[in-house]
Amino acid sequence: MTDAAPKPKRKNPVARTRLPTLPPASRSRAALGLARAAAEGRFEMQACADCGAVQYPPREVCGSCLSERLDWREVANGGALIATTTLRHSNDAYFRERLPWRVGTVKMDAGPSAVAHVHEDCQEASRVRLALKLDRSGQAVLHALPAEDTPNMNDSPQLRETHCDPKHRRVLVTDGRSTLGRAMVKASLDAGAATVFVGDPATWKADAGFDAFVASDPRIEPVALDVTDTDSVDRLAASIGAKVEILINTADHLRDGGVMHARDVGLARDAFDVNVLGLMRLAQAFGPTMCFRAADGTHGAVAWVNLLSIHALAALPARGAWSASKAAALSAALTLRAEFGGAGIRVMNVFPGPIDDEWEQLTPPPKLAPSAVAAAVVRGLRDGVEDLYVGDVAEELRARLRDNHKAVERELGG
Amino acid sequence: MSRRLAYDGVVAAMPVTVPYARYSTHAAHWWLGRALAALIRESGIAKADIDGVCVSSFTLGPDTAVGLMQHLGMSPRWLDHIPMGGASGVVALRRAARAVQAGDAEVIACIAGDTNHVDSFRHTVSQFSRFAQDAVYPYGAGGPNASFALLTDHYMRQYGATREDFGKLCVAQRDNALRNPHALMRKPLTLAQYLDARPITDPIHLFDCVMPCAGAEGFLVMTEERARALKLPGVRIRSTIERHNAYPDDPIQFRGGWAMDRDALYEHAGVSPADVDFIETYDDYPVINMLQFEDLGFCAKGEAPAFVREHGFTIDGSFPFNTSGGQLSVGQAGAAGGYLGLVQALRQLTNAAGAMQVADARIGLVSGFGMINYDRGLCSGAALLERGTA
Repeated sequence: MTDAAPKPKRKNPVARTRLPTLPPASRSRAALGLARAAAEGRFEMQACADCGAVQYPPREVCGSCLSERLDWREVANGGALIATTTLRHSNDAYFRERLPWRVGTVKMDAGPSAVAHVHEDCQEASRVRLALKLDRSGQAVLHALPAEDTPNMNDSPQLRETHCDPKHRRVLVTDGRSTLGRAMVKASLDAGAATVFVGDPATWKADAGFDAFVASDPRIEPVALDVTDTDSVDRLAASIGAKVEILINTADHLRDGGVMHARDVGLARDAFDVNVLGLMRLAQAFGPTMCFRAADGTHGAVAWVNLLSIHALAALPARGAWSASKAAALSAALTLRAEFGGAGIRVMNVFPGPIDDEWEQLTPPPKLAPSAVAAAVVRGLRDGVEDLYVGDVAEELRARLRDNHKAVERELGG
Repeated sequence: MSRRLAYDGVVAAMPVTVPYARYSTHAAHWWLGRALAALIRESGIAKADIDGVCVSSFTLGPDTAVGLMQHLGMSPRWLDHIPMGGASGVVALRRAARAVQAGDAEVIACIAGDTNHVDSFRHTVSQFSRFAQDAVYPYGAGGPNASFALLTDHYMRQYGATREDFGKLCVAQRDNALRNPHALMRKPLTLAQYLDARPITDPIHLFDCVMPCAGAEGFLVMTEERARALKLPGVRIRSTIERHNAYPDDPIQFRGGWAMDRDALYEHAGVSPADVDFIETYDDYPVINMLQFEDLGFCAKGEAPAFVREHGFTIDGSFPFNTSGGQLSVGQAGAAGGYLGLVQALRQLTNAAGAMQVADARIGLVSGFGMINYDRGLCSGAALLERGTA
């Protein structure tokens, strides 16, 4: 049985910080199909459209009938663990620092055999569940998990290497005054976060509700943070940058209005200042320190979360300027993902549908409760996904985009 | 199936070894060049008279056998490059023998060699194959140790082999190696030392692992007539087999391609396992020896542990085996490891084995195994060899 991960000890300030290393990242293009599934927490394998044979490792043509029509398909994730070994030696620096390491051979119910990381609670020669997870290099790997959940199973050190669990970590929620921001703080505390720094973009504006909220839990630390003010961002990073292990960017500037009929670009500039340049200011101020601390102890810096919108992928003309800022933020976030990649910090992009808050008063239901979005974000961090679609509206839009993005353009514009 | 031709009129001769070194600052070209030079020097054949060359090497890159020919100033009319790791020796032999038999070449030099820089092994392992890169190396980067640990774990669980059984083979091989001047392992090994060794990847412990090193091996293939004229003792080829990606539906490897082809091997050779005087297997890990005992017909599947308990495996034992000490005690010089058993068998059958000589050895069996492309060794081969009359 897995031991609960203990609270990290106070860091010895004179000890050399462990520098981040990554597991082997090189993959064939076909194998990257696994990454697409793992990024969203699905379990997919390559399967032949002609003969149905499931392929692993991924191939260019079907190993059974030689057809080139290979699809990715959700398949049964059960299997039998038929051999295991515990590595006490590795040729790779990342694993060397994390030995011993358990791997095994799983005969998948779907057909092929696969080498997988093996959870410590898996008995020898037992049934297992396979999961596709992103490792610290951001590549998909198979983890064999016990057939039934076991106590504290997510605290297993090997599995934690794929997760970004807020438990015992220090979280910065960049805007805690918004409804969603507060929900995010609460969900992080409920998940066992050690400290939640709550950004306050308007310290000059008294808000008794906010004051009561920050007083409600000793782990909450309010901090002044205006993402449109470079000095403010830099000051905060200088003060707490070395303590932030998960940064959740909830700052947003949602206003109605399209492009052509706005009298000027003032609204658009404000949206971009918060949603795009704010993200960049935060990245410049907090990113490098988080990278340095990516392998710092058992609870190093691990994730950067961007609260985007499904409209980052499909413009909503009624909120055209805002949609453009979210699309630009997504683009910046993808660059950030590449830049954080070298340290193994996960960039999780969250694509919710409309949220039930003061800025979406006129949006018809279904709307997401802010607490539901926050709970999904925590779940996503625990599962280690990097793209998170939250709610029915987001899921539906995504499916429609995949099906016919030209239809989505016309329908959202109508 | 049409009847296979016998290997009439062709012999293998002139086993040479370029003494191994743990690490080398030279390139693979140096080691292969030394092997070719040794073949020429010791056989008395003129360099220009070698009109066929067969090469195996992991560390020759970016060159292939072609670039090596310019490097070595050779102009062969027959050239082969065999990237089959541990099966390279047997496969080189059978390709060369047929070429000589058909008259495509008269004298073929078969050479295999690799260098070993301090970082070579990690380099080779991390880029070994596409499937390994996609689906094995990211899982702990244990290299072949991890892959063979899984096969060993499964075999032990399935067939009841114990570490003592594997240890008996390793200890016998070390005993043989003490008579081999080329072996890198020079100290005796006891069963207690074997059992007490540190674990590497359970159930593989230190003495189950080969030591990567630099080295080269070589031999010549020519007509019997030519060998006689050169006064070179030749070894006849009774039969050979090779097989690739055998039993792809086995969920994990517990048998190799030999099991598919052994009946054809013995039938073609006109001998039976009982006629074999010694055997040289591919021994990158002891469990693979057991697979070869079974799949080559010395005992039934799953009975190798009992077979090991019944026999002695030293040069004077009841089942002389890996008489050079094998890779486990000589060292694994990359692709040359796929030649080690064959070159040693040629020594045994030409009375050139010195202190390692198996008394009255007439028939030898050499077996090769190579290339863990994903989760199992894909290439298997074997050759039944007979002492020549010349």
